Amino acid sequence: MHDLSDAVSTALRLVASADPAVVQVVLLSLRVSLTAVAVAALIGLPLGALLAVSRFPGRRPIIVVLNALMGLPPVVAGLLIYLLLSRSGPLGSLGLLFTPAAMVIAQATLITPILAALARQVLEGLWEEYAEQLRSFGAGPWRAVPTLLWDGRFALLTVLLAGFGRASAEVGAVIIVGGNIEGFTRVMTTAIALETSKGDLPLALALGMVLMTIVLAVNALAQGLRDVSARWAG
Amino acid sequence: MFGTLRRTILTAAVAALALPALLPLGAVAQERSITVASTTSTEQSGLFGHILPIFTRETGITVRVVALGTGQALDVGRRGDADVVFVHDRAAEQKFVAEGHGGPRHHVMYNDFILVGPASDPAKVAGLRDSTEALRRIAAARAPFVSRGDRSGTHAAELRLWKLAGIDPVEGRGQWYREVGQGMGPALNTAAAQNAYILADRGTWLSFRNRQDLKILVEGDTRLFNQYGVMLVNPQRHPQVKAADGQRFIDWILSPAGQQAIAAYKINGEQLFFPNAAQPEPGA
Repeated sequence: MHDLSDAVSTALRLVASADPAVVQVVLLSLRVSLTAVAVAALIGLPLGALLAVSRFPGRRPIIVVLNALMGLPPVVAGLLIYLLLSRSGPLGSLGLLFTPAAMVIAQATLITPILAALARQVLEGLWEEYAEQLRSFGAGPWRAVPTLLWDGRFALLTVLLAGFGRASAEVGAVIIVGGNIEGFTRVMTTAIALETSKGDLPLALALGMVLMTIVLAVNALAQGLRDVSARWAG
Repeated sequence: MFGTLRRTILTAAVAALALPALLPLGAVAQERSITVASTTSTEQSGLFGHILPIFTRETGITVRVVALGTGQALDVGRRGDADVVFVHDRAAEQKFVAEGHGGPRHHVMYNDFILVGPASDPAKVAGLRDSTEALRRIAAARAPFVSRGDRSGTHAAELRLWKLAGIDPVEGRGQWYREVGQGMGPALNTAAAQNAYILADRGTWLSFRNRQDLKILVEGDTRLFNQYGVMLVNPQRHPQVKAADGQRFIDWILSPAGQQAIAAYKINGEQLFFPNAAQPEPGA
C-alpha cells in the first residue's frame, strides 16, 4: 500500500511539474506510436478492405495467417527487425537501428496484421449489406474499396484505437530495435522497464499511470471526434 | 449520404494530425553522435548520466548508450551496430579483440562485486573475506541463490567464483540455484522477493532502491575485483563505424578530464567507480 500511495503522489508530481525528461519521453511515445498507426493504417486498412470484397483462391489461408499474426510476439518481431536493420543485416546501410524510425517499423509490423484482420471483419459485414447496391452502380470490388473504407470509418476508428493501444503498450520490440537510449529512443514503456530494473517501483508505477492517462486521453479524443463528425455528417 | 466537401475537410484534418507525428523522426538524425554499447551497471548506476554531458559539452558529440549485458553488448559490437564497446568481462573482451572485431582494449575504471543476501543469512556467510568459502556455505545450506544467467560480465564473474570454489551450481538448478536470465536490477528484484543470495556489482547495488531485507554480506575479497574496459569497433570490418568520433570518446574517457569525471561521481557520498586508465594490469 505504501508503494501504491508513493506511486500516486509521484505520478501527480511528474504531471504537475511537467518534468522535461518525462515530457520528452511522452512526446516520443506518442510520435512513434501514432506514426506506426498511420503507416499500418495505410497498408492494413486497404488490405483488409480488399480481402473483404474480393474472392480468390488462397484468400482463406491469407485470412488465417493475418489472424495468427495478430498474436505475433513483440520480442520476435523486434528480433527480426533487429536482424534486418543491423549493420550486418540486409538493410544495414540505412543506419536505422537504434533510432525512432526503427521503433516505428517494429510497431507498424506488429499492428498492420491487427488492422488488416479487424478491418476485414468489420468491412465484410458492410460489404454484404451494400454489395448489391454498389454492383448496380457498376462498381467492381476494387472500386468499392474506398467507399467501404469511408462508410465503415466509425467502426474502423475502433480498429485504429486497438492498433494504437497495442503499439503504445508494447515494450518487447521497441527495446530491442530502439535500444532504450536516453533522450533519443526512450519511450514510456521502456522507461517503465528501466525504472523497474532499478528497483524504483513507485516511479515505474507512476510512469505507468501517466502512460495510461495518455492512452485514455487519446481514446477520449478519438471518441469525441467520432461523435462530432457523426452528428455533422448525420 | 455525405458531402464531398466534408469528406475533404475531415481527410485534411486527419492528415494535419498525422503529419507532425511523422516529421521530427527524420529531423533528429542531423546531430553529431556516436553509439556506445555498454552494460546495465554503468547506465543504471547513473554514471553515464553524470559523465556524458561533460563529454558532449567539450566535443559537441552526443553519446547514445545502449545498455545491455556484457555478452550482448559485445555481440552488438560484432555486428557493427555500435561504434564503441564499454564493458566489464576481461576474458570476453580479449576474445573480441583477438577475433579482430575491435580494439585495442583499454582499462577505464574498476569497482567491485559484492555478495548480497538476506539479513537473516541462513548460510552464515556475513563478514567472510573469502568469497569462495561463502559460495561453498551457500551451496551446502542449499540456500536460494539468484544468478544473472545472461552472459553478462557479472554472470561471468559469478561462474568464475563457483569454479574457484570447486562447485558446479548447475546441480542446484531449478531448486536453490535460480538463473533468471535478466539484467542486474531485475535479478536483484527477484533476489529481494525470494530472500536469496546474489552476486551484484556495487554500482547497481548503490543505486538500487527495492532492497527489502537484502544487505551486503561479503565484500573486499580481491577476487571480487571488477574491471571495466573500452574499445573501438573495427572500422575496417564495418565501414559505417564512426571511428574518429568514437576514438575521440575513448581518448577523452582515458584522459585526466574523463578520469576525474568518473571519480567525481558519487551516490550518498560514496564513490562508485575508480578510474585506472593509467595502470596497465590492476587487481590481477
